Amino acid sequence: MPKQSLQRQKAVLQMNSNKPEMQTTTIKSDTSKLQNAQRMTGSEAIVRSLIAEGVEVIYGYPGGAIMPVYDALYHFQDELHHVLTRHEQGATHAAQGYARISGKVGVALATSGPGATNLITGIADAQIDSTPLVCITGQVPSGLLGSDAFQETDIVGISTPVTKWNHQVTKASEIPQVIAKAFYIARSGRPGPVLIDITKDAQFDTLDFVYQKCTGIRSYTPEPQLNLACVKSAAALINQAKKPLVVWGQGVILSGAEQVFRSVIETAGLPAAWTILGASAIETSHPLNVGMVGMHGNYAPNVLTNECDVLIAIGMRFDDRVTGHLETYAKQAKVIHFEIDPAEINKNVTADIAVLGDAKKTLEALLPLLTQNTHESWRGRFAALHEIEYDQIIQRDLFPTKEGLTMGEVIHKINVYSKGEAAIVTDVGQHQMIACRYAHFNQTKSNITSGGLGTMGFALPAAIGAKMGAPEREVVAVIGDGGYQMTIQELGTIFQTQAAVKIVLLNNNFLGMVRQWQQLFFDKRYASTELINPDFGMIASAYHLPTKKVAQRADLDGAIAEMMAHDGPYFMEVVVEPEANVFPMIPSGASVSDIRLS
Amino acid sequence: MGLLNRVSAIFQRRHINIESISSSVSEIESVSRFTILVSVTESNMQKIIGQIEKQVEVIRAFYHTDEETIYQESCLFKISSDLLFDERQIQNIVKESHARIVTVNREFFVLEKSGRRHEVDQLYRELKPFGIMQFVRSGRIAVTKEKMKITHLLEQFNQV
Repeated sequence: MPKQSLQRQKAVLQMNSNKPEMQTTTIKSDTSKLQNAQRMTGSEAIVRSLIAEGVEVIYGYPGGAIMPVYDALYHFQDELHHVLTRHEQGATHAAQGYARISGKVGVALATSGPGATNLITGIADAQIDSTPLVCITGQVPSGLLGSDAFQETDIVGISTPVTKWNHQVTKASEIPQVIAKAFYIARSGRPGPVLIDITKDAQFDTLDFVYQKCTGIRSYTPEPQLNLACVKSAAALINQAKKPLVVWGQGVILSGAEQVFRSVIETAGLPAAWTILGASAIETSHPLNVGMVGMHGNYAPNVLTNECDVLIAIGMRFDDRVTGHLETYAKQAKVIHFEIDPAEINKNVTADIAVLGDAKKTLEALLPLLTQNTHESWRGRFAALHEIEYDQIIQRDLFPTKEGLTMGEVIHKINVYSKGEAAIVTDVGQHQMIACRYAHFNQTKSNITSGGLGTMGFALPAAIGAKMGAPEREVVAVIGDGGYQMTIQELGTIFQTQAAVKIVLLNNNFLGMVRQWQQLFFDKRYASTELINPDFGMIASAYHLPTKKVAQRADLDGAIAEMMAHDGPYFMEVVVEPEANVFPMIPSGASVSDIRLS
Repeated sequence: MGLLNRVSAIFQRRHINIESISSSVSEIESVSRFTILVSVTESNMQKIIGQIEKQVEVIRAFYHTDEETIYQESCLFKISSDLLFDERQIQNIVKESHARIVTVNREFFVLEKSGRRHEVDQLYRELKPFGIMQFVRSGRIAVTKEKMKITHLLEQFNQV
């Protein structure tokens, strides 16, 4: 009886698995190369498909349902480097760090059940921050699907709301086609995470392997067609503007539009501010770079958002942490929205002109239509407001005279010794805001942080991926004592791979950002935000990392110099003021122009 | 397959109740059509349409008001056969409502009615006093009065 029902289940499964194939056999590819096909197992086909996509490093964690793939990886160690993280969440964040610094697709591998569910936080983070990821999970054999088998979980169902696309493979023959589709979807248009769940029997079965890259899908338009009329009306509005303000986001970086973006703002003399994920697209010191917008952004661009006459949003999505209270956000301004994803148009802020398309292409079309301008007096407003912020906040943060180290002065010293060339990987919280506010970036793709999801625990594994994605670059992970302990086990990965990550732990013995809100909005009721911490130096030492603890201002310079000069991984703890606050601040739900300086 | 999940999740996370959803083949080979009935403001609908349309497997998404579509629902009543013979009124109701008797056997008969919601509701109200053994109503299906650009779009694609 059970045998019978199993067979029936199998039949149902086969019917189901036929269906998506019928509906989505849309990859425009010719099968003429089939004569060159090689017979191999599904798991070998997975590895060969990854290699065919140019993947060099993957992050993962083995387990029962993915073991055939690990066995195949064993035979391809020279071509495909697998990094064993200490937790699957670490694998996704490492893949994200890799993707963010290199612009390539990050790949994570995990087993079924808990292995797969542990990927979810990283996948959700990648979805909201538009990071291209391909996650491959093992699944119980197709005959057991739906039977509550050991380590079975409906990961396709679970990951659906947080993936750009996902798919379950139950037949070996589908593998190359589905992986090709996965990479195409992950990296094209607005990038995002894709999950492929592959049953164990599909990994064991054999197929005739031919790999054809995917070049198109019937139902999917990665980027809207460029509409020149929209570009022209945008140019006309920008040329007429008396008080223009650009707010750019990660779209500029994702589309590789940094150069043309620079030309656009320089030609039209546009003051330009960035969202947290847009940081580093142009250098921090650029005279038109007027700083960060949003909750803990800079004073000038926030205040002047509500004074500008034309707001030019480029590759950003008007997150609530950027806009504050929507009903009072830039109401006086005409809004031009350059955006690749049509679903973002009018989602939060109504656009007077929407220019759909890849930022690089739309800005290239815009550039020749712009007239030269400098907007001297309008830019003077930014300088004047910056001076206020400098006197009241920045100076105290970076060059404190009171006892007690500030997070800002640590970032400042990192700037000095990295000369602005380091990639800064941050976690989430006060240290993140301080680092994003004060880090100096000379190169693009240098600010790697969890923006939209605000994932504590992101930084340490992401830094590993970043270092591997750009080994020539200095990677400094700045982390708070809360988030650090969420993925602290990845010290093991650093130790094993010797990824030369510089870890700077800013320890205030608090969940600082929550504590700040408790102080400001909950009458200092510090509920569950104080941390009794271990000896972090000893933990790092146990992983054989060189460690340094700094508690006095006098020691900071030397310690950072030593860390930056060190070749391999390095751990530094800085004991900072326990109850310092991050300002300026737009209280939640307030208008951007009501930004508080204290 | 997973698409139904993806699409319904978009409504769910905004707390918008899907009043009915029906999925079927369409006039174009290997293309399914989802007809989803919701009560929602137009500005929210526009946002949701954008989010539906960006799903990789969605070809196009459109929204229409009642006035812009021809729509129908269908329902089945299972009623004790005795009533059909004992209650003359039932025969009149069946006749006047243009409902169709699908089957009759010794125990029960099944009545089918297609139409607008209010017609189905009215029939339900009229039959209710006599006792309904089972009642089921389908989701709304609809076609648009205007030409749907999608047909043209897909024809183009299929030619490529």
